[in-house]
Amino acid sequence: MSVTDVEKDLDNLALTLVADFNAPAERVWELWADPRQLESWWGPPTHPATFEKHDLTSGGDVTYFMTGPEGEKHHGWWQITRADPPRSLELTDGFADQDGTPVAGMPITTMRMELVQGDGGTRMTLRSTFESREQMEQLLAMGAAEGLQQAVGQMDALLAG
Amino acid sequence: MDELFHALADTTRRDILRRAVRTESSVSRLADVYPMSFAAVQKHVAVLERAGLVTKERHGREQLVRTDPDAVRQARRALDQLESAWRGRVERMSHLLVQASDVEDKTQTGGRKS
Repeated sequence: MSVTDVEKDLDNLALTLVADFNAPAERVWELWADPRQLESWWGPPTHPATFEKHDLTSGGDVTYFMTGPEGEKHHGWWQITRADPPRSLELTDGFADQDGTPVAGMPITTMRMELVQGDGGTRMTLRSTFESREQMEQLLAMGAAEGLQQAVGQMDALLAG
Repeated sequence: MDELFHALADTTRRDILRRAVRTESSVSRLADVYPMSFAAVQKHVAVLERAGLVTKERHGREQLVRTDPDAVRQARRALDQLESAWRGRVERMSHLLVQASDVEDKTQTGGRKS
């Protein structure tokens, strides 16, 4: 089972996606809570993710990097706004330098994830919001919204500049 | 009132975007089209304006609303990309869950039943 509904909210620059999984909520939560499992799905096959710091509690910090085909690394951070296992997770996601320190002036996205267990499995509702139109344009230019699949060179240039 | 505003919001704003892409529309003309007050329409236009999807220009006593097709296209493209990234993630999550339950099944069949 997979994505059952997608809603794009142009006014708020937000995507809401509903997915149904054939597993209990605790099991789906583990996909986020266990860094080894998380890294096998977060990045696209071309850019697998490695999670370094992984404190999935309210106020906790997460740092990760994605490795591209040429071995180049793109670092990112999460700040956990709220974690309520195995029901909901709220975080902000941004770009980091090599040490995992957030890079100022880089786009930030907000994410809210909710798990509801029903008879047949678990429904995950995910809402991802661009912080502002400017940041959305910046991300679009870098191709990062696509999971870094495109324009990797452009992003390197941006990070270097 | 506020709930109603939200319930109608999506379709109304989408419709305003469609109308204002063909011709510039004044807020008062838009207010004639929808079963709502001038103030309510103005509120919808303000939301669209804040999102950068329309521009508003004062023409004498009229406020003309015009859709910015590039802005709409760009927002759509960004959300499309985000959607495809998440579809990929959900697919990989599903695979992981299936793999794990396969292993569990095998362990259960091979193991002792309680």
